[in-house]
Amino acid sequence: MTGLAIGWTHAGTSALAAFLASLVEFTEAMTVVLAVGAVRGWRGAVIGSIAGLAALLVLVAVLGPALTRIPLGLVQVAVGGLLLLFGLRWLRKAALRSAGVIALRDETEIYATQTATLRAHGVAAGGWDRVAVSTSFKIVLLEGVEVVFIVVAVGAGGGLLLPASAGALAALVVVVLLGLALHRPVASIPENTLKFLVGVLLSAFGTFWLGEGIGAAWPGADWSLPALIVGYLAVAIGAVALARMQRGAAGGVAGKVGGRVGGRVGE
Amino acid sequence: MNAIRAGFAELAGLFVDDGSLALLAVIWAVLVGLGLRLLHVPPANLAGIVLFAGLAALLAASVWRAARR
Repeated sequence: MTGLAIGWTHAGTSALAAFLASLVEFTEAMTVVLAVGAVRGWRGAVIGSIAGLAALLVLVAVLGPALTRIPLGLVQVAVGGLLLLFGLRWLRKAALRSAGVIALRDETEIYATQTATLRAHGVAAGGWDRVAVSTSFKIVLLEGVEVVFIVVAVGAGGGLLLPASAGALAALVVVVLLGLALHRPVASIPENTLKFLVGVLLSAFGTFWLGEGIGAAWPGADWSLPALIVGYLAVAIGAVALARMQRGAAGGVAGKVGGRVGGRVGE
Repeated sequence: MNAIRAGFAELAGLFVDDGSLALLAVIWAVLVGLGLRLLHVPPANLAGIVLFAGLAALLAASVWRAARR
């Protein structure tokens, strides 16, 4: 019974991590694909997106079986280490955005910038719009590679590829349905909150796999994972509070000269 | 050549934002791993907690440093 509960805890957490991370990545890709569709036409946007998804499937088909041939300890150290760096990067950035140190990502603004850039390319001659196809292909591939990495990393360390893939697939369906229904960027998704949570989950997974890989014996075995999640959440919330205090202390001086910290929109 | 360089930069960008955070996190993991294997310090049942504590401290310090700039 306990083993089953631990199994479900791990599977559920990996599915949730993959779902939330993929939701963020697919939303970012959808913003650009929608801009391509609105400006250059839907044919090129759809062809480029499908080609991008096909390239990702090839990547998964090659990476998945290759990982199963590598000894588990090595996979845990390599994948756990990369997952940890990936998670810490997201968590750091989300914490800085929460504290107001860097600007929040604005999908509506990115959509406006993208549509303006795509218009500047002029109208395609003939039926084959290379700008539309390549732009959609590139963004789906770029954001999709991150999704593939997250799914493989979260799933490969503990034989959880299936729940992680299901989480990512569910996110793809949600974002595509929202895109079809709204025909404009999904700006209402609390992207930074999602990134914060995903950063916490991925950092916890990465630390757990890396620890197992270097030979650490986690107290409570698999139950250490929820404890790590709570630990990273507490540290990140504390770091945001610290950063806000720091900003508050520096704000008086910055305010006087009209300085604006951050201002970068997007990645 | 430029495309390959851009691809590597894009790939590295997935994992590294604050270079010192990434570098120190790797060094910390290597130190804990080597200490555990060669000296049994920290003991195996505490190694995970030590690993987490160091990484959490590095994250908090990185956020604080960025807020100070």
